[in-house]
Amino acid sequence: MNYLARRLMTFPLVMLGVSILVFVSIRLVPGDAITAMLGTEAGLLTPDQRAALEAYFGIDQGWFTQYWRWLAGAVQGDLGVSVTFGKPVLDVILERFPLTLELALLSMVIALAIGLPAGIFAATRNEKPSDLAVRIFAMIGQSTPNFVFALLAIYVLSVGFGVLPAMGEFTPFLENPLRNLGQMILPALTLGFAFAAAVTRISRSAMLDILSDDYIRTARAKGVPARKVIWRHALPNALIPVVTLSGVEFGYLLGGAVIVEQIFALPGLGRMVLDAILQRDYALVQGSVLFIALNFMIVNLLVDLAYAVLDPRIRLGGK
Amino acid sequence: MQLLRAIFSHSSGRIGGAIVGLYIIIAILGLLGITPHDPLMQFRVDRLHAPDATYWMGTDLFGRDVASRLMLGISQSFIVAFASVALAAVAGIVLGLAAAWFGGWWDGTIMRFMDVLLAFPAILLALLIIAIVGPGTWTSVMAIAIVYTPIFTRVVRGPALSLKTRDFVDAARTFGSSRNYILTRHLMLNLVAPLTVQVTLALAWGLLTEAGLSFLGLGTQPPASSLGLMLADSRNLMEMAPWLLIFPGIAIMIGILGFNLLGDALRDILDPKTRRSVA
Repeated sequence: MNYLARRLMTFPLVMLGVSILVFVSIRLVPGDAITAMLGTEAGLLTPDQRAALEAYFGIDQGWFTQYWRWLAGAVQGDLGVSVTFGKPVLDVILERFPLTLELALLSMVIALAIGLPAGIFAATRNEKPSDLAVRIFAMIGQSTPNFVFALLAIYVLSVGFGVLPAMGEFTPFLENPLRNLGQMILPALTLGFAFAAAVTRISRSAMLDILSDDYIRTARAKGVPARKVIWRHALPNALIPVVTLSGVEFGYLLGGAVIVEQIFALPGLGRMVLDAILQRDYALVQGSVLFIALNFMIVNLLVDLAYAVLDPRIRLGGK
Repeated sequence: MQLLRAIFSHSSGRIGGAIVGLYIIIAILGLLGITPHDPLMQFRVDRLHAPDATYWMGTDLFGRDVASRLMLGISQSFIVAFASVALAAVAGIVLGLAAAWFGGWWDGTIMRFMDVLLAFPAILLALLIIAIVGPGTWTSVMAIAIVYTPIFTRVVRGPALSLKTRDFVDAARTFGSSRNYILTRHLMLNLVAPLTVQVTLALAWGLLTEAGLSFLGLGTQPPASSLGLMLADSRNLMEMAPWLLIFPGIAIMIGILGFNLLGDALRDILDPKTRRSVA
Protein backbone atom coordinates (compact mmCIF):
# COMPACT_ATOMS: atom_id res chain seq x y z
CA MET A 1 0.00 0.00 0.00
CA ASN A 2 1.08 3.55 -0.62
CA TYR A 3 3.01 5.02 2.32
CA LEU A 4 0.89 8.16 2.59
CA ALA A 5 -2.38 6.28 2.51
CA ARG A 6 -1.18 3.96 5.24
CA ARG A 7 0.04 6.87 7.32
CA LEU A 8 -3.34 8.60 7.01
CA MET A 9 -5.18 5.41 7.92
CA THR A 10 -3.31 4.76 11.14
CA PHE A 11 -3.81 8.36 12.29
CA PRO A 12 -7.37 7.95 13.68
CA LEU A 13 -6.39 4.58 15.16
CA VAL A 14 -3.47 6.04 17.11
CA MET A 15 -5.61 9.03 18.13
CA LEU A 16 -8.23 6.64 19.49
CA GLY A 17 -5.49 4.84 21.40
CA VAL A 18 -4.28 8.16 22.82
CA SER A 19 -7.78 9.07 23.98
CA ILE A 20 -8.22 5.70 25.70
CA LEU A 21 -4.83 5.96 27.36
CA VAL A 22 -5.51 9.49 28.62
CA PHE A 23 -8.95 8.54 29.86
CA VAL A 24 -7.81 5.43 31.68
CA SER A 25 -4.70 7.01 33.20
CA ILE A 26 -6.70 9.88 34.69
CA ARG A 27 -8.98 7.35 36.32
CA LEU A 28 -5.99 5.59 37.79
CA VAL A 29 -5.08 8.71 39.75
CA PRO A 30 -5.79 7.79 43.37
CA GLY A 31 -8.83 9.31 45.06
CA ASP A 32 -12.22 10.03 43.55
CA ALA A 33 -13.01 13.19 41.65
CA ILE A 34 -15.54 14.50 44.17
CA THR A 35 -13.07 14.37 47.04
CA ALA A 36 -10.39 15.97 44.87
CA MET A 37 -12.80 18.80 44.06
CA LEU A 38 -14.18 19.51 47.52
CA GLY A 39 -11.26 18.51 49.67
CA THR A 40 -12.14 17.77 53.28
CA GLU A 41 -15.67 19.07 52.78
CA ALA A 42 -16.40 15.94 50.77
CA GLY A 43 -16.61 14.12 54.09
CA LEU A 44 -19.67 16.19 55.03
CA LEU A 45 -21.70 15.07 52.03
CA THR A 46 -24.66 12.82 52.63
CA PRO A 47 -24.78 9.76 50.38
CA ASP A 48 -27.65 11.39 48.46
CA GLN A 49 -25.68 14.60 47.82
CA ARG A 50 -22.67 12.62 46.71
CA ALA A 51 -24.79 10.60 44.33
CA ALA A 52 -26.31 13.80 42.93
CA LEU A 53 -22.86 15.30 42.34
CA GLU A 54 -21.64 12.12 40.70
CA ALA A 55 -24.65 12.17 38.42
CA TYR A 56 -24.01 15.85 37.61
CA PHE A 57 -20.43 15.18 36.50
CA GLY A 58 -21.47 11.98 34.76
CA ILE A 59 -19.18 9.82 36.86
CA ASP A 60 -21.99 7.65 38.21
CA GLN A 61 -21.90 5.62 35.01
CA GLY A 62 -19.57 2.76 34.15
CA TRP A 63 -16.19 3.55 32.60
CA PHE A 64 -17.32 2.58 29.16
CA THR A 65 -20.30 4.94 29.19
CA GLN A 66 -18.15 7.72 30.64
CA TYR A 67 -15.53 7.23 27.98
CA TRP A 68 -18.12 7.18 25.24
CA ARG A 69 -19.69 10.41 26.49
CA TRP A 70 -16.32 12.13 26.83
CA LEU A 71 -15.24 11.02 23.37
CA ALA A 72 -18.52 12.07 21.80
CA GLY A 73 -18.17 15.47 23.48
CA ALA A 74 -14.50 15.80 22.52
CA VAL A 75 -15.28 15.18 18.87
CA GLN A 76 -17.71 18.09 19.01
CA GLY A 77 -15.19 20.31 20.80
CA ASP A 78 -16.74 19.86 24.25
CA LEU A 79 -13.99 18.77 26.63
CA GLY A 80 -15.94 19.36 29.82
CA VAL A 81 -15.59 22.05 32.46
CA SER A 82 -12.41 22.89 34.34
CA VAL A 83 -12.90 22.83 38.10
CA THR A 84 -10.13 25.33 38.86
CA PHE A 85 -11.08 27.86 36.20
CA GLY A 86 -14.84 27.31 36.24
CA LYS A 87 -14.81 27.57 32.46
CA PRO A 88 -15.06 25.12 29.57
CA VAL A 89 -11.75 23.29 29.17
CA LEU A 90 -11.46 24.22 25.51
CA ASP A 91 -11.75 27.95 26.34
CA VAL A 92 -8.99 27.66 28.92
CA ILE A 93 -6.77 25.85 26.43
CA LEU A 94 -7.41 28.30 23.60
CA GLU A 95 -6.58 31.23 25.88
CA ARG A 96 -3.16 29.75 26.55
CA PHE A 97 -2.43 28.41 23.11
CA PRO A 98 -1.43 31.68 21.30
CA LEU A 99 1.46 32.20 23.71
CA THR A 100 2.69 28.65 23.27
CA LEU A 101 2.38 28.94 19.49
CA GLU A 102 4.27 32.24 19.45
CA LEU A 103 7.01 30.83 21.65
CA ALA A 104 7.36 27.76 19.44
CA LEU A 105 7.50 29.87 16.27
CA LEU A 106 10.05 32.30 17.69
CA SER A 107 12.27 29.46 18.89
CA MET A 108 12.12 27.79 15.50
CA VAL A 109 13.02 31.04 13.72
CA ILE A 110 15.98 31.53 16.06
CA ALA A 111 17.07 27.91 15.64
CA LEU A 112 16.94 28.00 11.85
CA ALA A 113 18.54 31.43 11.62
CA ILE A 114 21.52 30.26 13.66
CA GLY A 115 21.64 26.53 12.99
CA LEU A 116 21.28 26.38 9.24
CA PRO A 117 24.07 28.83 8.29
CA ALA A 118 26.31 27.40 11.03
CA GLY A 119 25.77 23.84 9.82
CA ILE A 120 26.42 24.69 6.16
CA PHE A 121 29.45 26.75 7.08
CA ALA A 122 30.89 23.89 9.15
CA ALA A 123 30.25 21.35 6.39
CA THR A 124 32.13 23.39 3.80
CA ARG A 125 35.09 23.64 6.17
CA ASN A 126 35.10 20.01 7.19
CA GLU A 127 37.71 19.16 9.85
CA LYS A 128 39.17 22.69 9.86
CA PRO A 129 39.35 24.66 13.13
CA SER A 130 36.24 26.68 12.27
CA ASP A 131 34.30 23.43 11.74
CA LEU A 132 35.54 22.14 15.06
CA ALA A 133 34.48 25.35 16.82
CA VAL A 134 30.95 25.07 15.40
CA ARG A 135 30.77 21.41 16.40
CA ILE A 136 31.91 22.07 19.97
CA PHE A 137 29.40 24.86 20.28
CA ALA A 138 26.61 22.64 18.94
CA MET A 139 27.57 19.81 21.29
CA ILE A 140 27.46 22.14 24.29
CA GLY A 141 24.14 23.54 23.09
CA GLN A 142 22.70 20.07 22.89
CA SER A 143 23.93 19.15 26.35
CA THR A 144 22.63 22.21 28.18
CA PRO A 145 19.24 21.68 29.84
CA ASN A 146 17.04 24.65 29.01
CA PHE A 147 16.52 25.52 32.68
CA VAL A 148 20.27 25.75 33.19
CA PHE A 149 20.54 28.04 30.17
CA ALA A 150 17.60 30.13 31.38
CA LEU A 151 18.93 30.55 34.92
CA LEU A 152 22.46 31.35 33.72
CA ALA A 153 21.04 33.88 31.24
CA ILE A 154 18.98 35.56 33.96
CA TYR A 155 22.02 35.61 36.24
CA VAL A 156 24.33 37.11 33.61
CA LEU A 157 21.73 39.71 32.63
CA SER A 158 20.92 40.77 36.16
CA VAL A 159 24.41 40.72 37.66
CA GLY A 160 26.41 41.68 34.58
CA PHE A 161 24.09 44.23 33.02
CA GLY A 162 21.68 45.07 35.80
CA VAL A 163 18.64 44.21 33.67
CA LEU A 164 15.94 41.89 34.82
CA PRO A 165 13.92 40.03 32.22
CA ALA A 166 10.42 41.44 32.00
CA MET A 167 8.16 39.20 34.01
CA GLY A 168 4.87 39.68 35.72
CA GLU A 169 1.75 40.53 33.77
CA PHE A 170 1.96 38.97 30.32
CA THR A 171 1.15 41.18 27.30
CA PRO A 172 -0.36 39.49 24.24
CA PHE A 173 1.39 40.22 20.93
CA LEU A 174 -1.56 41.99 19.34
CA GLU A 175 -1.96 44.33 22.30
CA ASN A 176 1.59 45.61 22.39
CA PRO A 177 4.02 43.80 20.06
CA LEU A 178 7.16 45.43 21.43
CA ARG A 179 6.40 44.73 25.05
CA ASN A 180 5.35 41.22 24.13
CA LEU A 181 8.61 40.53 22.28
CA GLY A 182 10.55 41.94 25.20
CA GLN A 183 8.94 39.31 27.40
CA MET A 184 9.28 36.50 24.90
CA ILE A 185 12.83 36.99 23.66
CA LEU A 186 14.66 35.35 26.54
CA PRO A 187 12.37 32.31 26.77
CA ALA A 188 12.54 31.97 22.98
CA LEU A 189 16.34 32.18 23.04
CA THR A 190 16.42 29.57 25.79
CA LEU A 191 14.38 27.13 23.76
CA GLY A 192 16.04 28.18 20.52
CA PHE A 193 19.57 27.53 21.79
CA ALA A 194 19.30 23.75 22.11
CA PHE A 195 17.07 23.66 19.03
CA ALA A 196 19.73 25.60 17.05
CA ALA A 197 22.36 23.13 18.19
CA ALA A 198 20.31 20.24 16.84
CA VAL A 199 19.70 22.06 13.55
CA THR A 200 23.42 22.80 13.23
CA ARG A 201 24.36 19.18 13.73
CA ILE A 202 21.82 17.77 11.33
CA SER A 203 22.39 20.35 8.58
CA ARG A 204 26.13 19.87 8.82
CA SER A 205 25.94 16.10 8.55
CA ALA A 206 23.31 16.22 5.76
CA MET A 207 25.41 18.72 3.83
CA LEU A 208 28.55 16.60 4.26
CA ASP A 209 26.75 13.51 3.00
CA ILE A 210 25.52 15.30 -0.06
CA LEU A 211 28.74 17.12 -0.87
CA SER A 212 30.39 13.75 -1.43
CA ASP A 213 27.67 12.58 -3.84
CA ASP A 214 28.46 11.95 -7.48
CA TYR A 215 26.19 14.64 -8.84
CA ILE A 216 28.00 17.28 -6.81
CA ARG A 217 31.32 16.01 -8.07
CA THR A 218 29.95 16.20 -11.62
CA ALA A 219 28.77 19.78 -11.09
CA ARG A 220 32.17 20.74 -9.73
CA ALA A 221 33.95 19.00 -12.59
CA LYS A 222 31.83 20.96 -15.04
CA GLY A 223 33.18 24.13 -13.47
CA VAL A 224 30.10 25.28 -11.56
CA PRO A 225 31.25 27.90 -9.03
CA ALA A 226 31.60 26.59 -5.46
CA ARG A 227 28.97 28.97 -4.12
CA LYS A 228 26.43 27.80 -6.68
CA VAL A 229 27.20 24.14 -6.03
CA ILE A 230 26.34 24.62 -2.38
CA TRP A 231 23.28 26.82 -2.66
CA ARG A 232 21.73 25.42 -5.82
CA HIS A 233 22.75 21.79 -5.97
CA ALA A 234 23.45 20.64 -2.47
CA LEU A 235 21.25 22.70 -0.18
CA PRO A 236 17.81 21.64 -1.45
CA ASN A 237 18.61 17.99 -0.73
CA ALA A 238 20.34 18.75 2.54
CA LEU A 239 17.21 20.52 3.73
CA ILE A 240 15.15 17.32 3.87
CA PRO A 241 16.43 16.07 7.25
CA VAL A 242 16.42 19.63 8.58
CA VAL A 243 12.72 19.93 7.76
CA THR A 244 12.01 16.67 9.56
CA LEU A 245 13.96 17.60 12.66
CA SER A 246 12.53 21.11 12.88
CA GLY A 247 9.02 19.80 12.41
CA VAL A 248 9.28 17.20 15.14
CA GLU A 249 10.90 19.72 17.49
CA PHE A 250 8.22 22.29 16.69
CA GLY A 251 5.61 19.66 17.51
CA TYR A 252 7.21 19.15 20.91
CA LEU A 253 7.23 22.88 21.58
CA LEU A 254 3.53 23.15 20.75
CA GLY A 255 2.92 20.92 23.75
CA GLY A 256 4.13 23.76 25.91
CA ALA A 257 7.56 24.23 27.42
CA VAL A 258 6.72 23.37 31.01
CA ILE A 259 10.02 24.29 32.61
CA VAL A 260 10.77 27.43 30.62
CA GLU A 261 7.25 28.77 31.11
CA GLN A 262 7.64 28.08 34.79
CA ILE A 263 10.95 29.97 35.05
CA PHE A 264 9.77 33.01 33.08
CA ALA A 265 6.28 33.02 34.61
CA LEU A 266 4.59 32.73 31.21
CA PRO A 267 0.96 31.59 31.12
CA GLY A 268 1.42 28.96 28.40
CA LEU A 269 0.05 25.47 27.85
CA GLY A 270 2.87 23.68 29.62
CA ARG A 271 2.43 25.46 32.90
CA MET A 272 -1.31 25.05 32.65
CA VAL A 273 -0.95 21.26 32.38
CA LEU A 274 1.47 21.19 35.29
CA ASP A 275 -0.89 23.24 37.46
CA ALA A 276 -3.85 21.14 36.39
CA ILE A 277 -2.00 17.98 37.40
CA LEU A 278 -0.92 19.45 40.74
CA GLN A 279 -4.47 20.65 41.44
CA ARG A 280 -6.07 17.44 40.17
CA ASP A 281 -8.26 19.27 37.68
CA TYR A 282 -9.05 16.04 35.84
CA ALA A 283 -11.16 17.49 33.04
CA LEU A 284 -8.44 20.03 32.25
CA VAL A 285 -5.62 17.46 32.33
CA GLN A 286 -7.63 15.07 30.19
CA GLY A 287 -8.63 17.74 27.67
CA SER A 288 -5.28 19.46 27.39
CA VAL A 289 -3.32 16.23 27.07
CA LEU A 290 -5.64 15.19 24.26
CA PHE A 291 -5.29 18.60 22.62
CA ILE A 292 -1.48 18.53 22.85
CA ALA A 293 -1.21 14.96 21.60
CA LEU A 294 -3.49 15.81 18.68
CA ASN A 295 -1.33 18.84 17.78
CA PHE A 296 1.80 16.79 18.08
CA MET A 297 0.42 14.08 15.81
CA ILE A 298 -0.86 16.56 13.23
CA VAL A 299 2.53 18.27 13.07
CA ASN A 300 4.25 14.89 12.74
CA LEU A 301 1.83 13.92 9.99
CA LEU A 302 2.53 17.18 8.14
CA VAL A 303 6.27 16.55 8.53
CA ASP A 304 5.85 13.10 7.03
CA LEU A 305 3.82 14.53 4.18
CA ALA A 306 6.42 17.25 3.56
CA TYR A 307 9.08 14.58 3.63
CA ALA A 308 7.24 12.55 1.04
CA VAL A 309 6.85 15.62 -1.18
CA LEU A 310 10.54 16.47 -0.87
CA ASP A 311 11.76 12.92 -1.32
CA PRO A 312 9.95 10.97 -4.07
CA ARG A 313 11.56 7.70 -2.97
CA ILE A 314 9.30 7.62 0.08
CA ARG A 315 6.17 8.51 -1.84
CA LEU A 316 6.65 5.52 -4.12
CA GLY A 317 8.15 2.88 -1.89
CA GLY A 318 6.90 1.51 1.39
CA LYS A 319 8.26 2.43 4.74
CA MET B 1 38.59 -4.41 25.55
CA GLN B 2 38.78 -3.74 21.83
CA LEU B 3 35.87 -1.36 22.20
CA LEU B 4 37.61 0.51 25.01
CA ARG B 5 40.68 0.92 22.85
CA ALA B 6 38.53 2.20 19.98
CA ILE B 7 36.81 4.69 22.28
CA PHE B 8 40.11 6.03 23.48
CA SER B 9 41.49 6.49 20.00
CA HIS B 10 38.41 8.51 19.06
CA SER B 11 38.75 12.17 20.00
CA SER B 12 35.26 12.83 21.34
CA GLY B 13 35.11 9.30 22.75
CA ARG B 14 38.19 10.01 24.83
CA ILE B 15 36.68 13.16 26.34
CA GLY B 16 33.24 11.63 26.77
CA GLY B 17 34.65 8.45 28.29
CA ALA B 18 36.79 10.43 30.73
CA ILE B 19 33.82 12.56 31.83
CA VAL B 20 31.53 9.57 32.27
CA GLY B 21 34.25 7.68 34.17
CA LEU B 22 34.85 10.63 36.49
CA TYR B 23 31.13 11.05 37.15
CA ILE B 24 30.72 7.36 37.92
CA ILE B 25 33.55 7.61 40.48
CA ILE B 26 31.92 10.71 42.02
CA ALA B 27 28.56 8.95 42.11
CA ILE B 28 30.03 5.92 43.86
CA LEU B 29 31.86 8.11 46.39
CA GLY B 30 28.64 10.03 46.99
CA LEU B 31 26.75 6.77 47.55
CA LEU B 32 29.37 5.46 49.96
CA GLY B 33 29.17 8.70 51.91
CA ILE B 34 32.76 9.67 51.12
CA THR B 35 32.06 13.40 50.77
CA PRO B 36 33.91 16.43 52.18
CA HIS B 37 31.09 16.95 54.71
CA ASP B 38 27.84 15.27 55.67
CA PRO B 39 25.49 16.39 52.85
CA LEU B 40 22.56 16.69 55.28
CA MET B 41 24.46 18.42 58.06
CA GLN B 42 23.36 22.03 58.57
CA PHE B 43 26.28 24.25 59.54
CA ARG B 44 24.04 27.02 60.85
CA VAL B 45 26.84 29.54 61.48
CA ASP B 46 28.06 29.19 57.92
CA ARG B 47 24.82 29.70 56.00
CA LEU B 48 25.33 30.91 52.42
CA HIS B 49 29.07 30.76 52.94
CA ALA B 50 31.08 31.53 49.78
CA PRO B 51 33.38 28.80 48.42
CA ASP B 52 36.67 28.50 50.31
CA ALA B 53 39.06 25.81 51.55
CA THR B 54 36.52 24.32 53.99
CA TYR B 55 33.45 24.50 51.77
CA TRP B 56 34.83 23.95 48.24
CA MET B 57 31.62 25.03 46.58
CA GLY B 58 30.15 27.10 49.38
CA THR B 59 27.08 26.33 51.49
CA ASP B 60 23.36 26.71 50.85
CA LEU B 61 20.59 28.54 52.69
CA PHE B 62 20.57 25.91 55.45
CA GLY B 63 24.34 25.86 55.78
CA ARG B 64 24.69 22.52 54.01
CA ASP B 65 27.90 21.90 52.06
CA VAL B 66 27.22 22.35 48.33
CA ALA B 67 30.10 20.12 47.17
CA SER B 68 28.85 17.20 49.29
CA ARG B 69 25.26 17.72 48.15
CA LEU B 70 26.47 17.92 44.57
CA MET B 71 28.18 14.53 44.91
CA LEU B 72 25.07 13.03 46.45
CA GLY B 73 22.97 14.69 43.75
CA ILE B 74 25.12 13.18 41.02
CA SER B 75 24.71 9.70 42.50
CA GLN B 76 20.96 10.28 42.81
CA SER B 77 20.71 11.44 39.19
CA PHE B 78 22.83 8.52 38.01
CA ILE B 79 20.75 5.97 39.89
CA VAL B 80 17.58 7.32 38.31
CA ALA B 81 19.12 7.55 34.83
CA PHE B 82 20.71 4.08 34.93
CA ALA B 83 17.71 2.35 36.50
CA SER B 84 15.23 3.88 34.07
CA VAL B 85 17.35 3.23 31.00
CA ALA B 86 17.94 -0.37 32.14
CA LEU B 87 14.19 -0.88 32.58
CA ALA B 88 13.42 0.73 29.23
CA ALA B 89 16.09 -1.32 27.47
CA VAL B 90 14.85 -4.62 28.91
CA ALA B 91 11.22 -3.78 28.11
CA GLY B 92 12.18 -2.56 24.65
CA ILE B 93 14.23 -5.67 23.90
CA VAL B 94 11.48 -8.04 24.99
CA LEU B 95 8.75 -6.15 23.13
CA GLY B 96 10.86 -5.52 20.04
CA LEU B 97 11.97 -9.14 19.78
CA ALA B 98 8.43 -10.39 20.36
CA ALA B 99 7.08 -8.07 17.67
CA ALA B 100 9.75 -9.10 15.17
CA TRP B 101 9.75 -12.82 15.95
CA PHE B 102 6.04 -13.57 16.20
CA GLY B 103 4.99 -11.00 13.61
CA GLY B 104 1.34 -10.66 12.57
CA TRP B 105 -1.05 -9.85 15.37
CA TRP B 106 1.71 -9.50 17.98
CA ASP B 107 3.67 -7.12 15.82
CA GLY B 108 0.62 -5.01 14.99
CA THR B 109 -0.57 -4.72 18.59
CA ILE B 110 2.82 -3.99 20.12
CA MET B 111 3.85 -1.45 17.51
CA ARG B 112 0.51 0.40 17.50
CA PHE B 113 0.72 0.66 21.27
CA MET B 114 4.22 2.10 20.93
CA ASP B 115 2.85 4.57 18.36
CA VAL B 116 0.32 5.72 20.93
CA LEU B 117 3.05 6.27 23.53
CA LEU B 118 5.14 8.15 20.98
CA ALA B 119 2.20 10.42 20.21
CA PHE B 120 2.73 12.15 23.56
CA PRO B 121 5.47 14.72 23.93
CA ALA B 122 7.92 13.00 26.31
CA ILE B 123 7.70 15.39 29.26
CA LEU B 124 3.89 15.34 29.11
CA LEU B 125 3.80 11.56 29.30
CA ALA B 126 6.17 11.71 32.27
CA LEU B 127 3.94 14.31 34.00
CA LEU B 128 0.88 12.14 33.42
CA ILE B 129 2.58 9.12 34.98
CA ILE B 130 3.70 11.20 37.95
CA ALA B 131 0.13 12.44 38.39
CA ILE B 132 -1.01 8.82 38.70
CA VAL B 133 1.70 7.50 40.99
CA GLY B 134 2.65 10.65 42.89
CA PRO B 135 6.07 12.33 42.76
CA GLY B 136 9.20 10.58 43.96
CA THR B 137 12.45 9.00 42.90
CA TRP B 138 11.02 5.68 41.75
CA THR B 139 8.18 7.41 39.95
CA SER B 140 10.70 9.33 37.89
CA VAL B 141 12.46 6.06 37.13
CA MET B 142 9.21 4.55 35.93
CA ALA B 143 8.17 7.64 34.01
CA ILE B 144 11.49 7.95 32.19
CA ALA B 145 11.50 4.20 31.47
CA ILE B 146 8.01 4.25 29.98
CA VAL B 147 8.83 7.27 27.82
CA TYR B 148 11.94 5.58 26.46
CA THR B 149 10.53 2.06 25.96
CA PRO B 150 8.99 2.75 22.51
CA ILE B 151 12.32 4.03 21.23
CA PHE B 152 14.16 0.88 22.33
CA THR B 153 11.36 -1.26 20.93
CA ARG B 154 11.81 0.36 17.53
CA VAL B 155 15.60 0.11 17.69
CA VAL B 156 15.32 -3.64 18.38
CA ARG B 157 12.45 -4.53 16.08
CA GLY B 158 13.90 -3.08 12.87
CA PRO B 159 17.19 -4.99 12.80
CA ALA B 160 15.57 -8.07 14.39
CA LEU B 161 13.13 -8.28 11.48
CA SER B 162 15.91 -8.36 8.92
CA LEU B 163 18.10 -10.69 11.00
CA LYS B 164 15.24 -13.14 11.35
CA THR B 165 15.25 -13.88 7.63
CA ARG B 166 19.01 -14.34 7.41
CA ASP B 167 20.48 -17.73 6.55
CA PHE B 168 22.28 -18.24 9.84
CA VAL B 169 19.00 -18.11 11.70
CA ASP B 170 17.49 -20.70 9.37
CA ALA B 171 20.61 -22.79 9.82
CA ALA B 172 20.31 -22.61 13.60
CA ARG B 173 16.71 -23.70 13.32
CA THR B 174 17.63 -26.69 11.17
CA PHE B 175 20.15 -27.73 13.80
CA GLY B 176 17.26 -27.84 16.23
CA SER B 177 18.21 -24.77 18.28
CA SER B 178 15.40 -23.70 20.55
CA ARG B 179 13.56 -20.46 20.00
CA ASN B 180 15.01 -18.87 23.11
CA TYR B 181 18.51 -19.90 22.12
CA ILE B 182 18.14 -18.30 18.70
CA LEU B 183 16.64 -15.16 20.19
CA THR B 184 19.27 -14.70 22.85
CA ARG B 185 22.33 -15.92 20.99
CA HIS B 186 21.78 -15.10 17.36
CA LEU B 187 19.52 -12.08 17.41
CA MET B 188 20.60 -10.39 20.63
CA LEU B 189 24.31 -10.57 19.90
CA ASN B 190 23.77 -8.81 16.61
CA LEU B 191 21.74 -6.12 18.30
CA VAL B 192 24.42 -5.21 20.81
CA ALA B 193 25.90 -2.48 18.61
CA PRO B 194 22.78 -0.40 17.96
CA LEU B 195 21.65 -0.94 21.56
CA THR B 196 24.93 0.29 23.04
CA VAL B 197 24.64 3.54 21.13
CA GLN B 198 21.01 3.97 22.10
CA VAL B 199 21.68 3.21 25.77
CA THR B 200 24.39 5.87 25.96
CA LEU B 201 22.23 8.54 24.34
CA ALA B 202 19.28 7.47 26.51
CA LEU B 203 21.41 7.97 29.60
CA ALA B 204 22.09 11.57 28.54
CA TRP B 205 18.37 12.07 28.09
CA GLY B 206 17.62 10.32 31.39
CA LEU B 207 19.94 12.66 33.28
CA LEU B 208 18.31 15.63 31.58
CA THR B 209 14.79 14.48 32.36
CA GLU B 210 15.55 13.56 35.96
CA ALA B 211 17.01 17.00 36.52
CA GLY B 212 14.01 18.63 34.82
CA LEU B 213 11.46 16.67 36.87
CA SER B 214 13.28 17.39 40.13
CA PHE B 215 13.55 21.04 39.13
CA LEU B 216 9.75 21.12 38.88
CA GLY B 217 9.50 19.47 42.28
CA LEU B 218 8.13 16.24 40.78
CA GLY B 219 11.20 14.05 41.01
CA THR B 220 13.51 13.48 43.95
CA GLN B 221 12.03 14.94 47.12
CA PRO B 222 13.95 16.89 49.76
CA PRO B 223 15.93 16.43 51.96
CA ALA B 224 17.49 14.04 49.45
CA SER B 225 19.72 15.83 47.01
CA SER B 226 19.42 16.03 43.25
CA LEU B 227 20.98 18.35 40.71
CA GLY B 228 17.59 19.61 39.52
CA LEU B 229 16.45 20.26 43.07
CA MET B 230 19.62 22.20 43.87
CA LEU B 231 19.05 24.41 40.83
CA ALA B 232 15.44 25.02 41.79
CA ASP B 233 16.62 26.12 45.24
CA SER B 234 19.20 28.46 43.73
CA ARG B 235 16.63 30.51 41.83
CA ASN B 236 15.85 33.13 44.43
CA LEU B 237 19.36 33.28 45.82
CA MET B 238 21.41 33.51 42.66
CA GLU B 239 22.42 37.13 43.05
CA MET B 240 23.45 36.67 46.65
CA ALA B 241 24.97 33.22 46.28
CA PRO B 242 25.80 32.50 42.62
CA TRP B 243 27.72 29.33 43.56
CA LEU B 244 24.38 27.67 44.27
CA LEU B 245 23.50 28.10 40.60
CA ILE B 246 26.84 27.78 38.86
CA PHE B 247 28.20 24.52 40.29
CA PRO B 248 25.11 22.33 39.89
CA GLY B 249 24.33 23.93 36.52
CA ILE B 250 27.76 23.19 35.14
CA ALA B 251 27.75 19.72 36.72
CA ILE B 252 24.56 18.80 34.83
CA MET B 253 25.84 20.24 31.58
CA ILE B 254 29.15 18.41 31.69
CA GLY B 255 27.53 15.13 32.73
CA ILE B 256 25.10 15.21 29.82
CA LEU B 257 27.88 16.35 27.49
CA GLY B 258 29.94 13.32 28.53
CA PHE B 259 27.21 10.85 27.59
CA ASN B 260 26.46 12.68 24.34
CA LEU B 261 30.12 12.65 23.31
CA LEU B 262 30.46 8.99 24.24
CA GLY B 263 27.27 8.13 22.36
CA ASP B 264 28.49 9.89 19.24
CA ALA B 265 31.83 8.16 19.44
CA LEU B 266 30.18 4.76 19.87
CA ARG B 267 27.98 5.42 16.87
CA ASP B 268 31.04 6.28 14.81
CA ILE B 269 32.84 3.17 15.96
CA LEU B 270 30.01 0.65 15.83
CA ASP B 271 28.26 1.90 12.71
CA PRO B 272 30.77 2.63 9.94
CA LYS B 273 28.02 4.04 7.72
CA THR B 274 27.74 7.20 9.77
CA ARG B 275 31.46 7.58 10.35
CA ARG B 276 31.96 10.76 8.38
CA SER B 277 28.62 12.38 9.11
CA VAL B 278 28.54 12.69 12.87
CA ALA B 279 29.31 16.06 14.35
